[in-house]
Amino acid sequence: MRLPYPALIALLSSLTAILFVISLVTGPASIGFVDSLQALFTDSNDAAALVMQEIRLPRAILALVIGASLGLSGAVLQGYLQNSLAEPNLIGVSSCAALGAVIALYSGLAAWFPLALPIIALLGALTGVLLILGLAGQGGGSLTIILAGVAISAMAGALTSLALNLSSNPFAAIEIVHWLLGSLADRSMEHVYIATPFMVVGWLMLLRLGRALDALTLGEETAANLGINIGRLRLVAVIGTACAVGAATSIAGAIGFIGLVVPHLLRPLVQALPSRLLPASAIGGAAMLLAADIAVRVIAPDRDLKLGVLTALVGAPFFLWLILRQRRQLI
Amino acid sequence: MARAFALALIGAALLAPVLTKPVLGKAAETPQRVVSMNLCTDQLAMMIAAPGQLVSVSFLAQDPSSSVLHEEAQAYHANHGLAEEIFLLKPDMVIAGTYTTRVTIAMLRRLGIPVVEVAQANNFADISDRISQMGKILGREIEAEALRLQFEQDLKQLNQTASDQYSDTRYRAALYYANSYTAGEGTLAHSVLKVAGLSNIASELGFKGGSHLPLEVLLMQAPDLVVEGQRYEAPAMANDVLDHPALVRAKADAAGSSKVADSQWVCGTPHILAAVRNLIEALPESPGPSHAKPGAQ
Repeated sequence: MRLPYPALIALLSSLTAILFVISLVTGPASIGFVDSLQALFTDSNDAAALVMQEIRLPRAILALVIGASLGLSGAVLQGYLQNSLAEPNLIGVSSCAALGAVIALYSGLAAWFPLALPIIALLGALTGVLLILGLAGQGGGSLTIILAGVAISAMAGALTSLALNLSSNPFAAIEIVHWLLGSLADRSMEHVYIATPFMVVGWLMLLRLGRALDALTLGEETAANLGINIGRLRLVAVIGTACAVGAATSIAGAIGFIGLVVPHLLRPLVQALPSRLLPASAIGGAAMLLAADIAVRVIAPDRDLKLGVLTALVGAPFFLWLILRQRRQLI
Repeated sequence: MARAFALALIGAALLAPVLTKPVLGKAAETPQRVVSMNLCTDQLAMMIAAPGQLVSVSFLAQDPSSSVLHEEAQAYHANHGLAEEIFLLKPDMVIAGTYTTRVTIAMLRRLGIPVVEVAQANNFADISDRISQMGKILGREIEAEALRLQFEQDLKQLNQTASDQYSDTRYRAALYYANSYTAGEGTLAHSVLKVAGLSNIASELGFKGGSHLPLEVLLMQAPDLVVEGQRYEAPAMANDVLDHPALVRAKADAAGSSKVADSQWVCGTPHILAAVRNLIEALPESPGPSHAKPGAQ
């Protein structure tokens, strides 16, 4: 059975829209379905309107845009590195972004200049991408990519923990968990305003890479012969990923596995064409993060269960299956 | 070389009980060198001990953000609750809180130093108890009794002020700390609200002890007063929830809001009455009918 591409996009979009609405009506304050949707659009200042407009809405929007950023960058990295294990979190880009965010936030810089948070996280992500390219190179084997990724993640994670442990605020050390596992609890519209523009810039850059990545599947030389500027492709992929992952991580911490699982699930449905995989992965990533963020609130409503816990519960078995399959192919 | 070191260790181990024996013998009488290693016992001991009787308090007692008596505490040697440094002070009595590390207390007892543990106060009756207990420990019953009577008298007076000030409506307050924490029934902070004549929304919701209060739930309760915990100077995301635009808007609608100095609230000493006074002052005297929330009890 073959699903036509427009039908796939329509299906994923409606799934995302449904999850967006479910996310809006999920939360510890019990407000009825109709009431809550009404409260979203009223001008009044009552408690329900406050909850819907200032707490639930930013949370749902952030899940949408951050999920899309992670899904899309996962698809681009896998296409560009021509390696099915490339994923922002696994290769250490998210951890580097989280380190940048931690530096901006706990030094007090972000309190003084709010945009410092996404910008420094973006620089962290950029460092991460450049490191992995330097260490593993394009088309590098899975093993090199994973080893380099493990080293970069471990280093950035250790520096994050160190920075937080050195803070004179005793709460900072507890927040290591947020940066390593990710959460969207109690984020506000301010976070939407400061981070979304960077993510949108990242999307615009990454979505334009579809055709170039299509050509790249035929090999670098053929792609060059087809008129693809490989140097420019690399530059756009690196900066686009840094924008998307950096801004996403600066708000929600490092959320794993979305960039890995979503492109893999969707690849067979788009006949492995990167130009079709990219938009599909963005929408799919949004749907997956919305679902994960609904699940953390349903499973443990009164404690702040981290998003990374859920994405890893789904993603890690998938990752193992991927490794087993790759090993079989190698033999 | 290694053998000599081992022998020295064994020697020290054998000598230690001999050296501490005479100290142990004196413990039954009034202690002369008292070390306190808990913020709350520090402050009670400072208020009750005879001059020169108390030799050391915990370093927290000198920290202005945790301790009401931080200036007085500068006169004492500050300890960090480590068995080794406390042993070197040669105390004949150590006062610890029930949350002091078990290992440290066990070690001090092994070294022959008497250790009394004073439980934390969770309500105002507990505070009276702890004052009397501290008097007994220090052999200063008369001084402690005077302090306790003064405290109970001041408390009665404040109770009266609170009920005079708003007799018809019961204001509803929310305690809100970093990381969305609140304090329900069975906590000292809850007792402070009760004495100030306020209803605690956390206990209305059935929370006991310290617990997590999601911002959404707090907003739906629409409290008249949001009582915020103290913040540390260094930034952390734990504080983000206190700056959340939704909470800022809700506070603008509430009748009053108050920032809490942890130093006043954290320990069950007579200084907690200052916290009650601040709360009573944080609310307008005669609430209009618009503030009588339907859910108020």
